[in-house]
Amino acid sequence: MPTPAPAAPSRRVALFVTCLVDLVRPAVGFAAVKLLEDAGCTVEVPPLQVCCGQPAYNTGDRATTRAIARQVIDAFEGYDAVVAPSGSCGGMLSHHYPTLFDDDPALKARAENLASRSHELISFLVDILGVDKVAARFDGTVTYHDSCSGLRELGVKQQPRRLLASIPGLELREMKTPEVCCGFGGTFCVKYPEISNAMVGEKSADIAATGAGTLLAGDLGCLMNMAGKLQREGQGIRVRHVAEVLAGMADRPAIGEPDTGAR
Amino acid sequence: MQSTAHAFKDNVGTALADPNLQDSLAKLKVGFSERRRQAAERLPEFEALRDRARDIKNHTLAHLDFYLEEFERKVTALGGHVHWAPTAADARRIIADLCRSVGARTVAKSKSMVAEEIALNEHLEALGIAPIETDLGEYIIQLRNEPPSHIIAPAVHLTKDQVADTFLEHHRALGFDKRLTERNDLVAEARYVLRQKFLDADVGLTGANFLVAETGSSMLVTNEGNADLSNTLPRMHIVLASIEKVIPTLEDAAVLLRVLARSATGQESSAYTTLNTGPKRPDDLDGPEQYHVVLLDNGRSGVLGTEMQDILRCIRCGACMNHCPVYGAVGGHAYGWVYPGPMGAVLTPQLVGVEEASDLPNASTFCGRCESVCPVRIPLPKLMRHWREREFERHLTPKAMRRGLAIWSFVARRPGLYRRLTAVANRVLSLFGRVEGRYRSLPLAGGWTRFRDFPAPPAGGTFHAQWQAGRKRP
Repeated sequence: MPTPAPAAPSRRVALFVTCLVDLVRPAVGFAAVKLLEDAGCTVEVPPLQVCCGQPAYNTGDRATTRAIARQVIDAFEGYDAVVAPSGSCGGMLSHHYPTLFDDDPALKARAENLASRSHELISFLVDILGVDKVAARFDGTVTYHDSCSGLRELGVKQQPRRLLASIPGLELREMKTPEVCCGFGGTFCVKYPEISNAMVGEKSADIAATGAGTLLAGDLGCLMNMAGKLQREGQGIRVRHVAEVLAGMADRPAIGEPDTGAR
Repeated sequence: MQSTAHAFKDNVGTALADPNLQDSLAKLKVGFSERRRQAAERLPEFEALRDRARDIKNHTLAHLDFYLEEFERKVTALGGHVHWAPTAADARRIIADLCRSVGARTVAKSKSMVAEEIALNEHLEALGIAPIETDLGEYIIQLRNEPPSHIIAPAVHLTKDQVADTFLEHHRALGFDKRLTERNDLVAEARYVLRQKFLDADVGLTGANFLVAETGSSMLVTNEGNADLSNTLPRMHIVLASIEKVIPTLEDAAVLLRVLARSATGQESSAYTTLNTGPKRPDDLDGPEQYHVVLLDNGRSGVLGTEMQDILRCIRCGACMNHCPVYGAVGGHAYGWVYPGPMGAVLTPQLVGVEEASDLPNASTFCGRCESVCPVRIPLPKLMRHWREREFERHLTPKAMRRGLAIWSFVARRPGLYRRLTAVANRVLSLFGRVEGRYRSLPLAGGWTRFRDFPAPPAGGTFHAQWQAGRKRP
């Protein structure tokens, strides 16, 4: 684990918004910006970013993946760090991009350079910036799901729990198996809906058994999957990205809740 | 075994609707992973051993021809015979000829996945030779005429009650007319019935966990001791093993054994570890008169030197399937062939053809739990992805998927267009959904909304639109 460095005020961070946050849950992007700025970063949002390419990558379409990766590499050139509020998109940039260009040393070098600068949001805050508490309040019980890529590719496990522990009023109740996949898996959930449903059904039972009022995780895809299942089952559990709670933005409607439009 | 991997989706439907299977899987998911975790934690050098195990297998695969020939030399010097079987048909023919050479009527078999791979039982039965499974799990499923559903626990899909019914049905003729309810009683009854079959068998057929090149030994681990009876009582012992089972030395075997049992069942070692080194020698008290090793390739040598080579490190512990949430949801039969779970999703397309098994490498969320527990660190998600790439190149990816991906990729490669279209999508989804907060059904998203709601974006536009407009809070 890298030694926590004091937050350099001049650190220029590019936010990789991720396509799901952009389209479905912009609040997560704003929460990420706030957390990064609170930690002393200057945050920019490069306008040429789209998706990280996982839909193509996981379908076996290597040519499209490479084209998209090149685009992302260009868009994020020159920033001190590239931060995504997602373990799977973060892992795509930091672990998978360099493997796409074995036949092109120049691009491989650029992909490796981007990889070395790319981070998942919460681990960036804790491991790189040395953040150990946040200025937020949350009255209630939460449970935390460890999304697979963040957990197994990037080692995100204690970091979110550490920051959640610093929030007055918040009580964390662990699931029996927080590390078992929720069944989202990108296109998997629509390619094999019955299997995905069995997996998320088991996950929702585990979540409900904690008695927690709110489910948190660090990846919007998993959150949408679990929220959608909990709501279909009529479980009264609210679902949010962990960044929303850490940034003190949990006053807004949770995922899948009616938006009354009040600002 | 006839593959039904092409019918994976139908198999999944059957599996999810089977309450007995779901009961059994619920136990498996907790039991195996918990025991493996505890065993790994008790051994401080476990992670280092996994590295060594990986390195041993990598070294062997890099010199596979050398170690196989070395193994053959040693076996021959001991008075045994090595038979090379390029294909499943070759292996069946060799084994059938060996059985007929001693006029065999029954063959006592200890559990062998390679025997399932070459459909040996069906072949022997057709020739009038009765194969008798002696592993308890294999014995149960043989009585039920079912294929195994797990590589180390072949009957793991069955509940105790189902086994009790099966025994009552098949053992009644032998004088056992009481339906048993206790696990130990079921085991005792099976032992009693099987004992005479061992004594009657003309040939003992076993698989091998490892073939040790330096000594010419085949090595077997079991928890039931059935393999030892299979290979010592009959006058001919046939070992059927695939070529990647060879390892250089006994020292290497010691490393692999230490990770094998812990990864498989959470035991420090299996109850029985047996080395067979050649036929009975003149002053031995027991042992087979003839010792044969059938080495099966069946497509494996074609994997050497390719991006899939890592799968040949597999030591068949079953940890990947024990930890796989997809296997945990549907069980082993859904995969449609001998090898289920993540290792099967990589190996089956190689052995039966990717056209037949195209679903298997796709039916994974890439959660990575399999790789995180694999004792020889096979990057299973990466290998499944390689299959997806091959399928995509060969146009085996479903058409609807390809078309959707092509449209998405056209848009994703044009940031300006992407921004405009996502703004429209966001607006529409938000407009029609925000009062309810979510959709119970959505056009083109039936795969999603069949089982779960889809959240409506709140009012205000996409993140990028809001950011461009200078907003700092949602």
